[in-house]
Amino acid sequence: MKRMQTLLIPFQLLTYVLMLLALYTIFIYAPVEKTMGVIQKIFYIHVPSAFLAYLAFFITFIASIIYLYRKDPKWDTVAHCAVETGVIFCTIVLITGPIWARPIWNVWWTWDPRLTTTLILWFTYVAYLMLRRSVKENRRANLAAVFGIIGFINVPITFFSIRLWRTIHPVVITSRGLNMSGPMKFSLIITFIAFCFLFFALLISRIRLERLKTNIEEVKEIMDDMKLAKGIYNGQ
Amino acid sequence: MNFVHKLGAIIWKDFISEFRTKEMILSMCLFSFLILIIFNFAFGSSLKFDRGMVAGILWVAFVFSGLTGLGRSFSMERDRGTLQGLILCPVSPWTIFLAKLIGVFLFTTVMEIMTIFIFTILYNTTVLPFLVPLGLITFLGTLGFTAIGTIFSAISATAKSRDVLLSILFFPISVPVIIASVKATGIILNGQSLQMVFPWLKILVAFDLVFLLVSYLTFEYIMEE
Repeated sequence: MKRMQTLLIPFQLLTYVLMLLALYTIFIYAPVEKTMGVIQKIFYIHVPSAFLAYLAFFITFIASIIYLYRKDPKWDTVAHCAVETGVIFCTIVLITGPIWARPIWNVWWTWDPRLTTTLILWFTYVAYLMLRRSVKENRRANLAAVFGIIGFINVPITFFSIRLWRTIHPVVITSRGLNMSGPMKFSLIITFIAFCFLFFALLISRIRLERLKTNIEEVKEIMDDMKLAKGIYNGQ
Repeated sequence: MNFVHKLGAIIWKDFISEFRTKEMILSMCLFSFLILIIFNFAFGSSLKFDRGMVAGILWVAFVFSGLTGLGRSFSMERDRGTLQGLILCPVSPWTIFLAKLIGVFLFTTVMEIMTIFIFTILYNTTVLPFLVPLGLITFLGTLGFTAIGTIFSAISATAKSRDVLLSILFFPISVPVIIASVKATGIILNGQSLQMVFPWLKILVAFDLVFLLVSYLTFEYIMEE
């Protein structure tokens, strides 16, 4: 635990430096795309965020299974914190997507399988957070774990059903066609790494916060007990 | 007592308590009747041309009124304080799940038959020529959404604001069932070939099997305190 904390500070500093580097590569180093123009720079934020959102929900899926198997509250915390972080990245995807789509595809939104699946995913994991808020503490971990598993299993079925739904209807936009130049690829790799660091920095900090919360609860309980004992001793 | 007897006992209990009040089945039927009327007001004459839209309305009626029944399935046990008794029964959690599922499924099916009957009158459609494919789609679709709904009904039964929670949990997950059922029903009502329905039936069957399996594996954790 102690070693974890000493490692955490350099890790967070590294994340900070990498994020600055990512901003530099996005806005200064990477060339402006010929047909799309400046708006294409959203791509460097949009794509890594989408990947990390899916990664986060996958982490929740695995952590939920391990929790049900081992009943260790640690895994429940991991699942919960991964959902919170994942929902943030998923929200970034859903906000940057339409901003990018409007000038390029001429629409804010299209019911493309990828877009729709991401939207449904966002709803699913917001529901996960709502569920955690509204059930009693003694059952929360179990119920959330079951929902975390169901939500993730549903992703491929949703994707296929939406794809089938769209292929029967005419689709205006089929492929995005991304042929990237060298500097662009390099920028994407840098932002990808930076975003991965950011993701894990956020996730670890969130897990730490949750742990500190439980510690405080425990200390409070002990203090209450001590106060009670003192009261009895003084004959109050 | 073997598995079937245990299953039957729980289903029978639900049926008896339902037939004493007829609260659930009546409210479900009335609600779906109202949905059909509201949509007729909302869309008016444009419904005559697009059978696909009519299929959508039919499934909104099925799913929304089905959800009111699903919400009751476990919360009524909690309100009457019998949930504890049900958990203490010497049956496996999977038996409880299956019994609840079958109960809700049967109530929902009764509601759906009534809805289709009213629907044929109000929307001037005849479903008699496609009764078999329509029945199959309705069976698979209803099985899918009641299976998911029964899991979520159990999850949300003890929660604060459980009705809202149930819908928030239920709708994102039921997207594949709703898409597949609406599309398949639309194809049938438009009188297109049955060949086109098969991809949708595959999705429905896959969804049903996957979630029956998932509930088999996870339901004991939901019931556990």
